[in-house]
Amino acid sequence: MKFSDQLEERFATMVTHYPTKRSVLVPMLLYIQDEIGALTDEAIHEIAQRTELTELEVRNVISYYSMLRTRRVGRYSVQLCTNVSCLLRGADDLFEHCKKKLGIGNKETTPDGLFYLEEVECIGACSWAPALMLNYDFHENLTAEKIDELIEGIKKKEQQ
Amino acid sequence: MEETEEERKANGKERMAYLVSHPDEVKVVSKRFGLGAANLDRYLELDGYKALQKALGMTPDAIINEVKASNLRGRGGAGFPTGLKWSFVPKESAKPKYVLCNGDESEPGTCKDRLIFEHDPHSIIEGVMIAALAVGARTGYIYLRGEYRYLIRIMEKAVADAYARSFIGKNIFSSGVDLDVHVHSGAGAYEVGEESALMESLEGKRGVPRIRPPFPAVVGLWGGPTVINNAESLASVPHIILGGGEWFASLGTPRNGGTRLFCMSGELERPGVYELPMGYNLKKMIYDVAGGMVKGKQLKGVVPGGSSVQILTPDEIDVAMDFDAVLKAGSMLGSGGVIVLDDQMCIVKFALRVTKFYQHESCGWCIPCREGTDWMKKTLTRFHSGGGVAKDIDNLKYLAENMLGRTFCPLGDAAAMPIISYIQKYRKEFEDHLDGRPCPYERTAEPVLV
Repeated sequence: MKFSDQLEERFATMVTHYPTKRSVLVPMLLYIQDEIGALTDEAIHEIAQRTELTELEVRNVISYYSMLRTRRVGRYSVQLCTNVSCLLRGADDLFEHCKKKLGIGNKETTPDGLFYLEEVECIGACSWAPALMLNYDFHENLTAEKIDELIEGIKKKEQQ
Repeated sequence: MEETEEERKANGKERMAYLVSHPDEVKVVSKRFGLGAANLDRYLELDGYKALQKALGMTPDAIINEVKASNLRGRGGAGFPTGLKWSFVPKESAKPKYVLCNGDESEPGTCKDRLIFEHDPHSIIEGVMIAALAVGARTGYIYLRGEYRYLIRIMEKAVADAYARSFIGKNIFSSGVDLDVHVHSGAGAYEVGEESALMESLEGKRGVPRIRPPFPAVVGLWGGPTVINNAESLASVPHIILGGGEWFASLGTPRNGGTRLFCMSGELERPGVYELPMGYNLKKMIYDVAGGMVKGKQLKGVVPGGSSVQILTPDEIDVAMDFDAVLKAGSMLGSGGVIVLDDQMCIVKFALRVTKFYQHESCGWCIPCREGTDWMKKTLTRFHSGGGVAKDIDNLKYLAENMLGRTFCPLGDAAAMPIISYIQKYRKEFEDHLDGRPCPYERTAEPVLV
């Protein structure tokens, strides 16, 4: 299995940074997931070969890290922090709002495959709470209105 | 693939982590914030890489002594004296030595290293390299949590720029010294912020901690001596080398040198990250610097150093914010995450959310943490939703007390100590949830099980 030229180049460079091949595993799993959407059986087989590990060992590692997944989710991942600093500023109400707005529950994807919603742990935006991550973008100082704007903006963009 | 920085700006995706300021700030680690110092030329204009060049002319012992004199203590949370940690690295080593920057910033309430990565990435590179010179390492790794993707990009560009200018790589500054620095991404895990779990993660494994001793300074990455420091600690090092350890120490209190970044969060008028001298008064920090509570809310409690530390009641906040004074006051300075609770926050719900976090993030290796956090979560969930009985309160405290010191790493302590403090200091709030009564603070939602 081959990845994009860009990712292949990154892999080739990364392996030179460490004394063991295994060390590229965690970042590479994330980059592969970003590229193909999820860590498929094929991808796991490939990375296991490249890092000289068993597929079982690769799966052991995947199961530990919360950002890694073996199944696709919605294209726009809405991850709202409900940990304490965000909780103090109304994150639990905002999460309820998200569920109603998107019509799905925690760790679910909308039927059209557009949105995935997840309640997450602290993302490091505590002084600008409440906050969420939309894929890798930070959105902070949130209100229900700002979240609606964000979601509507994506829907509009996707319709075009 | 993802957008570049330029594409992001064009699409209106500005960073929303805005900077704040206050006259009481003493800007050392944050002095280049907002000045475009991620750009190498700008960094050089702002005294960048001068400290590294100075360090190249110093002996390793001289560098370590300067850092010892600074009284810099770990800014990640444990507060271990940095110079002392470096001095544990053996002079001779059959295996290569390493420097590892801990940028896994995941302690709830903490959002400071993020700003250094964004606004002054080169200062971290410089700190890593000076640490390498001090201990005889030739490779440094800068590990950032996976969620900080935009910061990883900034960090990677800074490293590439420094390599292109021969500030990193072979024969740096014509010194004959070779040094390599690499950026490494995590993939979502709080426990990997624990230094031995961080090494496991960097080695491509599950972030399960290692047994100590041996400590990383003696046996670390791939068995070689490894210095692991928090990003803010490393970013402080160039300033210490340029200004002198004595100067840095003088900014703080005895045995607690320098300044640190404090992350103010909660229902405050001016939440944000402020750099203040060690020993600054917590009450002043909340009411003067952060502007006090927002209109209509009263202070109920303060968690001064990230969710892993004990809560302080409003009577207990007249305390100097340094490692020793806060410890004496019954809490810990920790990560600098100052979480301010208002009177509309239910302490039981707060306790539940904190416990859910530790249960979720427990690596699962040792029984007291894995089972203890799970039992506490289940009990608090039942308790908060009206199913609590009186003996639950003492049972929670008893279980937490018996987790202390019995877990394989401090995550167990981090889960237990706060709970003990909430019950000790806010027992009435727990009692108000008994006999099937609904939570007195409930607005709309029940906490969702993660």
